[in-house]
Amino acid sequence: MNKSASKTLFEKVWSSHLVKDETPDTPAIVYVDLHLMHEVTTPQAFSLLREKGLKVRRPDLTLGTMDHSIPTTPVKSFKDLAIVGQGAANQVKTMEDNCAEFGLELLGFDSELRGIVHVIGPELGATQPGKIIVCGDSHTSTHGAFGALAFGIGTTEVGHVLATQCLLQRKPKTFAIEVNGTLQTGVTAKDIILAIIGEIGVDGGTGHVIEYCGNAIQQMSMEARMTICNMSIEAGARAGMIGPDDTTMSWLKGRPRSPKGKAWDQAVEHWTSLASDRSAEYDRSVTIDGSAIEPMVTFGTNPGMVMPVAEEIPASGDSGFKKALNYMQLTPGKPLTESPVDVVFIGSCTNSRISDLEQAAKILEGRKVAEDVRMLVVPGSQQIKMQAEEKGLDKIFLESGAEWRESGCSMCLAMNGDTVPSGQLSVSTSNRNFEGRQGIGARTILASPLTAAASAIEGSVADPRPYLET
Amino acid sequence: MQPIKEIRSRTVVLPLADVDTDQIIPARFLTTTSREGLGKQLFHDWRFGNDGEKKQDFVLNKPAANGCKILVAGHNFGCGSSREHAPWALLDYGLQAVISTEIADIFRSNSLKNGFLPIVVNKKCHDWLLNNPGAEVSINVEESTLILPSGDCVKYPIDDFARYCLVEGIDQLGFLQQHEKEIQMFENSRQ
Repeated sequence: MNKSASKTLFEKVWSSHLVKDETPDTPAIVYVDLHLMHEVTTPQAFSLLREKGLKVRRPDLTLGTMDHSIPTTPVKSFKDLAIVGQGAANQVKTMEDNCAEFGLELLGFDSELRGIVHVIGPELGATQPGKIIVCGDSHTSTHGAFGALAFGIGTTEVGHVLATQCLLQRKPKTFAIEVNGTLQTGVTAKDIILAIIGEIGVDGGTGHVIEYCGNAIQQMSMEARMTICNMSIEAGARAGMIGPDDTTMSWLKGRPRSPKGKAWDQAVEHWTSLASDRSAEYDRSVTIDGSAIEPMVTFGTNPGMVMPVAEEIPASGDSGFKKALNYMQLTPGKPLTESPVDVVFIGSCTNSRISDLEQAAKILEGRKVAEDVRMLVVPGSQQIKMQAEEKGLDKIFLESGAEWRESGCSMCLAMNGDTVPSGQLSVSTSNRNFEGRQGIGARTILASPLTAAASAIEGSVADPRPYLET
Repeated sequence: MQPIKEIRSRTVVLPLADVDTDQIIPARFLTTTSREGLGKQLFHDWRFGNDGEKKQDFVLNKPAANGCKILVAGHNFGCGSSREHAPWALLDYGLQAVISTEIADIFRSNSLKNGFLPIVVNKKCHDWLLNNPGAEVSINVEESTLILPSGDCVKYPIDDFARYCLVEGIDQLGFLQQHEKEIQMFENSRQ
């Protein structure tokens, strides 16, 4: 194959969705296959449709749920859920009303299929290779794990997609991140993506779509791949993608919205052809030795301020660095493992899938959460909650002293009442350690489910590896 | 959207890098279903203490910041979430442009659709702006230039279509709707 004919996964998906190609004067018009929605970033878009008297062009390609502002407190009936605050209650009601008025499918309060929008898309099999998937949410990059081109959009663009099923886009650049080698015990996808962000920086991917490749990525489960792609936005990238392979097909087979019968065979053939051609070229590339990566934790106020858990907090003369450490109340040169922890959160679109919960449970089984630590375990969807209960994970969490919750975004962004009190230190499996992200004055350390569980037991930031020795 | 041809103002300088959208407007204020009135919550936790009192040392609370329409910020402004509430809050507060050495993708896209100008300049120009808070500058949107008090004219990059929409006050949804026939053809071709 000559070089000019070689295409990357991104280029194949991009070029097959062009309603109109870009010119120097006008951006491309790209067609959207799946538009996911949640309650926070859609109300103003529906208001616009109403003002202009427009309909939703393709209700069949539009799917809504509620995840950000709903409570996760365990209750017997969804009807009993007391929504925290009038604003949140109004927002959830508005989502119900909008979906009813415009004839859109909503996996709402009462649905057993409800969950974090980036967890339920794949779970349903609605997320598929080769699709363009958008949502008014930056972590839409998660769906790229399936070889979809998936990216976050603003509310104005939500309106564009509702009305026309299309978006105006300039073609982004491509960026290959190759991760090779066998991962060490105790090292997960979360540690890999944190190490990558540490390496390329929180703006390292700006203007680019990342494709993760290499044998360490190929050996990963779909859930691990979703964790990797999820945090592409934390490196500033437009999207993250992974070439579809046998792992992708096995995960999708038999899901409620996956193709069936003959259509499945045709889909697999098409999806397999989407992987990047061997000689495809990227605008930029980086190679990372996965075998050298250790369990990683953040120590600052963005996901690029990251270090191996067993090391000492680094020093820098940079004023932003100092401001971050001052906010975190941490001292350069000291080990982070001496820091007492107040809250541990297992959840979010990054790490709330069944394998994440299993990893945390493996460490917690037969052990107790330290007395002064509050630990929340929030499954990514109601389906995952049920699966976990079938496996008895809920009992492991409850017996260890953790709280077992309903699904939702919860303490990742603390807009549903699940908050970390001011000044407290939280070890969290979520994706952002920004100032105040988990509550006003909350101090967040991002980590894997293994590291979070070990920290809950020790009551301080902890290396999970001693708990995994057999 | 109103056409925007020129913005002339003193600058207010927030020199921090990687200012994320959670700082621009914290998530707890996103339960609104409106796009109005978010200026009150702009940089809320940097502007106000836990007691609700203004923090006097924060740049936007200083008297010199009154009436400034142009924010000069550190590298990688607007990183993080896709919330369009960020440019809505900046505009509602009275700001009309941000100048930095890099602006995050989704924030930039959202800003352009609301008439908030994301302007990227080189390090030399940025350093000068950081060191000269309150400088009277003007942005010529039609020419895509930033004019410094010395009269120096700095060209900044902007997508031609976005610039055209800003200058003419064109709503991008209207442009998409004009392509109804092409969209229909695309859909038919996939069946």
